[in-house]
Amino acid sequence: MLSSWSRVLFAAMVMAVREVRRNVFRSSLTVLGIVIGVASVIAMVSLGKSASEQVTQNVAKMGNNMIMLMPGAPRRGPGGGSGAPFTPADVKAIIQQVTGAQDVAPESAKSALVVFGNRNHTTPIRGSTNAWLRVRGWKVAEGREFTDAELGGANPACMMGSSTRKELFGNQAALDETVRVGNVSCRIVGLFETKGRSGGGDDQDDFILMPLRVFQRRIQGKTDVSSIYLTVKPGRSQTGVVRNLEMLMRERRHIGPGEDDDFHVADTKEFAAAMSTVTTTLTALLGGIAGVSLLVGGIGIMNIMLVSVTERTREIGIRLSIGARGREVLLQFLAEAVGLSLLGGVVGMIVGGAGSYAATRLMGMPFSFPPEIALIAFVFSGGVGVLFGYLPARKAARLNPIEALRHE
Amino acid sequence: MSPLVSLRGVERVYGEGEAEVRALDGIDLDFMPGELVAVMGPSGSGKSTCMNILGCLDQPTAGSYKFADNETRELTQDQLALLRRYYLGFIFQGYNLLARTSAVDNVELPLVYRGVAARERRERALEALRLVGLENRAHHAPSELSGGQQQRVAIARAIVTGPSMLLADEPTGNLDTARKDDIMRLLVNLNERLGITIVMVTHEPEMAEYCRRQVHFRDGKVAEDTGARC
Ligand SMILES: Nc1ncnc2c1ncn2[C@@H]1O[C@H](COP(=O)(O)OP(=O)(O)O)[C@@H](O)[C@H]1O
Ligand SMILES: [Mg+2]
Repeated sequence: MLSSWSRVLFAAMVMAVREVRRNVFRSSLTVLGIVIGVASVIAMVSLGKSASEQVTQNVAKMGNNMIMLMPGAPRRGPGGGSGAPFTPADVKAIIQQVTGAQDVAPESAKSALVVFGNRNHTTPIRGSTNAWLRVRGWKVAEGREFTDAELGGANPACMMGSSTRKELFGNQAALDETVRVGNVSCRIVGLFETKGRSGGGDDQDDFILMPLRVFQRRIQGKTDVSSIYLTVKPGRSQTGVVRNLEMLMRERRHIGPGEDDDFHVADTKEFAAAMSTVTTTLTALLGGIAGVSLLVGGIGIMNIMLVSVTERTREIGIRLSIGARGREVLLQFLAEAVGLSLLGGVVGMIVGGAGSYAATRLMGMPFSFPPEIALIAFVFSGGVGVLFGYLPARKAARLNPIEALRHE
Repeated sequence: MSPLVSLRGVERVYGEGEAEVRALDGIDLDFMPGELVAVMGPSGSGKSTCMNILGCLDQPTAGSYKFADNETRELTQDQLALLRRYYLGFIFQGYNLLARTSAVDNVELPLVYRGVAARERRERALEALRLVGLENRAHHAPSELSGGQQQRVAIARAIVTGPSMLLADEPTGNLDTARKDDIMRLLVNLNERLGITIVMVTHEPEMAEYCRRQVHFRDGKVAEDTGARC
């Protein structure tokens, strides 16, 4: 046996469903308004979040806690300034004197033609040490790192990125083959794991790594080091290491007090912070656009609801006159408003989520769904639906039946 | 026997000041259970206003309306709604049917609020439509029906619950002569067979002829009352 209240509730829901079916057009417009509002907010914010996540991932790909030392003053206005390259002695001094540094990796680079059999490919050649792998976050997929003898200059050896390998070897095995780099014949001792595209869209896997000595002597023809990468020991402050490094380099490059540096130091934290400012702004912008669509959707719902107030007031008058109590009529209207809003909210979430998923897949970004934003969008447009469906009904249900029937 | 309806000094005033209209100006009336009353009078004499008050759709500005010894002035909105639900049937001059809703669904509506089960509701609604000669239009919406047909749907909706009192505001106004006589015979039959008290407004003396008692309104007052003849 149903209690009288649940029977009243059931009757209200049955009548709400009837009303929805009787007014398919009005009901679908209401649902559509909510769908647009909810879907756009979710899609926009989800895209913004995906973009920031991608930035974070890209920064992580560059290597953790990395400090970069480059010649030339930090760019300030036109010209900037160039400084002399570093030397192997600078590297040695940093290793010995910057105590907070974990790994120190020099790097010099130059493009060169690489030939294997009848295939050839021009690619950046980098000279460094095994520390470079750790600093820049590269892993050996096949083979090994350089031996001390190879680093000392014996038996020219190289390691290869996966894209270069594909260009030269296709699907054939590449390990232990000998390629000609510029005019040096060298053995492939290691192959790197694939990293994929960088944030800027460059193919990060197209390069060859050689021991610095061999590179300087046989490819570059001089002993310059064009940049130096450092990582920070766990528990040591990155800022402290940067300060030590700057002091050491000013001393080694004979820069007097008051004179500007002719080198500059950058760290990934700084870079990550800059990037995250950009993506936060982007997310805020997208969120703003989405907020406007939410508002437009809300106004749409409001209009549809208000346009039908006259008809609905008359309907309420009819129901009251044949014996409905005010609260029974209201329950019916509330059930209708809540039902339509829920439907619109759920469909909106699915549409927005699916749209954002498709877009991120297309752009090769990680997909992220913000549940709290979904909730806000849902509550807002649902609230508008319920409010503007319910408030006029509440007003009408308080009238005399005859007044409600006369409503114009 | 105590009267089913008792009006004492009932006034209904619309508007204020200059625009004030005394639609009812001191009405005293008693209807006994089982009476069949015709309310007559010129247009604007307050017939509809009085019917609305009798149907608990509107309240008097002053005076007392007792329905079955209940002073309606003291009832809440919800209690008035229940009075309408269980004891009153109202046929509006303007039909007041739900738009885009089939005739049978319109007729079922009062039964929905009475908590009648769906199957029984449908049977009783179709039977009521048969009584007014509209069984073959049960699934048409009001917009697909003529004025006379809509009026008959409104009559079916009012009688489907078997109310204690049926209030009809010009129920035959839009019907042709043959149909008018059918409807009048139906109402007389309901009155005689089920003892339903019926109060109906009509302009036509031929229709009033069916009723044992005739009340004439003029300027918001009862000008003539042939009195109860039970
Ligand atoms: N809602 C209203 N507001 C103002 N005046 C009204 C209203 N309803 C009826 N009246 C006035 O009250 C008087 C009686 O109207 P009514 O009861 O409809 O008369 P009848 O049904 O006898 O033609 C008329 O003068 C009419 O203009
Ligand atoms: Mg009238």
